Amino acid sequence: MGDTPPRSADAGTGASRVITDHARPAGASARPAEDVPTSRTPGGGALGGGGGLPRRRAFGAERAFRGLTLAAGTAVLVVIVAIAVFLVAKAVPALRANTVSFWTFEGWFPNDPEPRFGIGALAFGTVLSAVLALLVAVPVALGIALYLSHYAPRRLGNALGFLIDLLAAVPSVVFGLWGRDYFSGPVADLSAWLNRYFGWLPLFGGDGPYGASMLLGALVLAIMVLPIITSLSREVFRQTPTANEEAALALGATRWEMIRTAVLPYGRPGVIAAVMLGLGRALGETIALALTLGITFNISFNIIDNGGNTIAANIANAFGEANDTGRGALIASGLMLFAITLIVNITARAIIHRRREFTESAA
Amino acid sequence: MSTLTTPSPRAVDLRARRLPGYAPIGIAAAALALAAAAVYGGGIGGPVLVVVLGAVLYLAGLYAASNAVEGRRAARNRTWSALIHSAFVLAVLPLASVVWTLVSKGAERLDGNFFGTSMNNIGARDPNGGAYHAIVGTLEQVGIATLITVPLGILCAIYVVEYGRGRFAFAIRFFVDVMTGIPSIVSGLFVLAFWVLIVSPVFNDGRPGFSGFAAALALSVLMLPTIVRSTEEMLRLVPAPLREGAYALGVPKWKTILRVVLPTALPGIVTGVMLAIARAAGETAPVLLVAGGGAAINLNPFENNQSSLALFVYQQAGDASRYAPARAWTAALTLVALVLILTVAAKLLARRNQLSR
Amino acid sequence: MAKRIEATNVTAYYGAFKAIENINMTVEPKTVTALIGPSGCGKSTFLRSINRMHEVLPGARVEGSLTIDGQDVYDRDVDVTAVRRMIGMVFQRPNPFPTMSIFENVVAGLRLNGVKKKSVLTDAAEKALRAANLWDEVKDRLGKPGAGLSGGQQQRLCIARTIAVEPQVVLMDEPCSALDPISTLAIEELMFQLKDQYTIIIVTHNMQQASRVSDRTAFFSIEKTGDPGRLIEYDNTQKIFTNPSVKKTEDYITGRFG
Repeated sequence: MGDTPPRSADAGTGASRVITDHARPAGASARPAEDVPTSRTPGGGALGGGGGLPRRRAFGAERAFRGLTLAAGTAVLVVIVAIAVFLVAKAVPALRANTVSFWTFEGWFPNDPEPRFGIGALAFGTVLSAVLALLVAVPVALGIALYLSHYAPRRLGNALGFLIDLLAAVPSVVFGLWGRDYFSGPVADLSAWLNRYFGWLPLFGGDGPYGASMLLGALVLAIMVLPIITSLSREVFRQTPTANEEAALALGATRWEMIRTAVLPYGRPGVIAAVMLGLGRALGETIALALTLGITFNISFNIIDNGGNTIAANIANAFGEANDTGRGALIASGLMLFAITLIVNITARAIIHRRREFTESAA
Repeated sequence: MSTLTTPSPRAVDLRARRLPGYAPIGIAAAALALAAAAVYGGGIGGPVLVVVLGAVLYLAGLYAASNAVEGRRAARNRTWSALIHSAFVLAVLPLASVVWTLVSKGAERLDGNFFGTSMNNIGARDPNGGAYHAIVGTLEQVGIATLITVPLGILCAIYVVEYGRGRFAFAIRFFVDVMTGIPSIVSGLFVLAFWVLIVSPVFNDGRPGFSGFAAALALSVLMLPTIVRSTEEMLRLVPAPLREGAYALGVPKWKTILRVVLPTALPGIVTGVMLAIARAAGETAPVLLVAGGGAAINLNPFENNQSSLALFVYQQAGDASRYAPARAWTAALTLVALVLILTVAAKLLARRNQLSR
Repeated sequence: MAKRIEATNVTAYYGAFKAIENINMTVEPKTVTALIGPSGCGKSTFLRSINRMHEVLPGARVEGSLTIDGQDVYDRDVDVTAVRRMIGMVFQRPNPFPTMSIFENVVAGLRLNGVKKKSVLTDAAEKALRAANLWDEVKDRLGKPGAGLSGGQQQRLCIARTIAVEPQVVLMDEPCSALDPISTLAIEELMFQLKDQYTIIIVTHNMQQASRVSDRTAFFSIEKTGDPGRLIEYDNTQKIFTNPSVKKTEDYITGRFG
């Protein structure tokens, strides 16, 4: 029946047809999935001839190829180990030379004869900027993703979705440049306004100057990760089985209720993954923040005064003048950043894994 | 089922009271007027605040009106719909501003001089100067990184999908996952520690050797997990009967993989590789740490400082010359164009791919 | 509380394509009506027009009048969600909500209607599952995912979900086409029980099934591909299967075409 909605059609790839294309002796051109069911004359006469069964060869192309792939796999492990070893090897001497506590000292003077540097303020700034950015970006991104997948006319949704995919590929340095040159003005105005009316909140206290602040950095980050989260969530929402959407509608659900019963639960693991990817990007973002933050070394919840710093931005800024200990200190802070992102990733994986019982059996 | 204890809302009437079509517009106008009165009357802000406050009042008013006339479910439906639409408008504004700025500012220096010269001997008062050296740097670095990662990544994926068994394959998959999470600056630090500070001084009279090749290594660390993952995914999508069909004809496994499996998965693999390249081309942080970023043309990626487009943007952004912003924006536009061409090509290729997910 | 359904000149489109044309038929309360006919003849389209699920697809629309106890479901001020609550639907493939447990699946419709009290939901779930002949099989694992059941059980779960909101009409779109013979038998038995309370309309490709379960049968057909589907004959099932008055019906039933 032609009545079934097109989206629910099984996306089979016609495996059996593909076989007829390819399952010929080697040497036949095995172009991917082309419809050329040419005449199937038996392959060259030499193949599959009579005689006794040949013995398995101990050394042959099979082993060589297998060994090659194994070597490649091992190389990846070696790289990972090398990353850990070399970063630690360079970080440890600097940490040894540090004359103050690495965890609590608020400042970064590793190039002094008596090096003093601490990660506390930087780690705090990293987490604060990323969390603020996600607080802004996630609700908006999910809204756009739903708009594109379930509200906009199909063609408009597809076209805009494509644009969002492209925006997700724009390098971060562009967002940073835009944020510094064109967005800091409006943000400074907003900061002044917030300070005037909500100055009693610690977040919006202080007395300026405004502009190159945590708020600017977080908003630029938010705008940067927005297309990434939107693009992935939209993909997930679009994959909701039509059958489930229709089931909800047939029960008398409104559009929003259909989204809540069928679309959102189905997409939850994918959305969590998208958000975590966005968080990872925000935590590790370097250049956009190096361009927009005011670069100070204190732990403060004030987000509108000039200031703020993150581990990655500090590396970019402080790298130029760093001496040997300075580089070691930066590498130590990079290890710290890696640890933070690793924790975030593992947490995300655990969350997704825990919800798998329901989603896997759905396939 | 009349014995059911549930409160049965079975009115025979199917009709429902609806808000008239003009109601939302009316509510919007009233909300804006109210917001304007409050904002200007209280002197607490400008037109932006009027719009924001108006939007909030509109949502509240819409919910209240719909709730009174149509009931709670319809009211929720309407309000969420309005919220989702406004999320869209809210996000389009800054993104459109980014794109507009990029194009209008970037067009300023879009001339032959920009693409034909470097920044060598360009002082703060010189309006000219270009990104030729940076473009060369980006192409060379990304090219070398691609040469390193594509064979390595594809072979690694083949091992994991076709040969790998047990703990070792699991460990590789796990660490590839870990690697995808490495921030780009950390990969830069790794190459700094490993190549620039420890290995390269051996060939360089003991001095740290910043070079385009070092940048390529850092980009490789970023590209490798992406390529392994996307290749892995595409290989798994190749239908099993295809492999079995080849085995049944007596084709050895390695030949099956090279001649049947890989070609079938090829469009998807190429898409993944192109997306990885696009992302690597836009990276600034690792290049900043290990390539050094010279101002002159350096065609040799293995020796001396090299720049890249992304790094050029960053350096010009930090330059005090009043001609620097124009150069920065034009370089940004060039970079975005390069990245987008790759991305669009990858997406178009993916669309033609038969092994859809 | 079953309802009479009257279709007058119902014509349905997908964009520019006219899928069915001028369907006129009356479905009596508490009967099972089977819609049969070759593929593409518009049976499912007609079925989906009754509870306004047709218009869910982009570009799809319906003309003519379709009344339920005298009220036109396509009236301008009719609430679509109220129509769908009154006219439940079971789909071709079992489609339990994958993220929900068996219990949550059954009460999904009630929850949408604002029923929150746990005891009410529990009672309603048991009642619906018993009515769907599924209670004994799942009563010990109500908290498990609905998608973990077998195909036949899933389909009965979907029937339970549909009747839990106490609709007055139940539409079934080839409910057994994805099921094995034993599950099919279970669903057919269920239809017998349900027709005491509901008006049931079922689309089926299986002639034996139509003759087994239905009181009345409507035969739809098309002239050729691309033409709109039309209602050829509508009569008591026994008459249609023993002594149809139209030649085309006879040809289809005896397997000479279709």
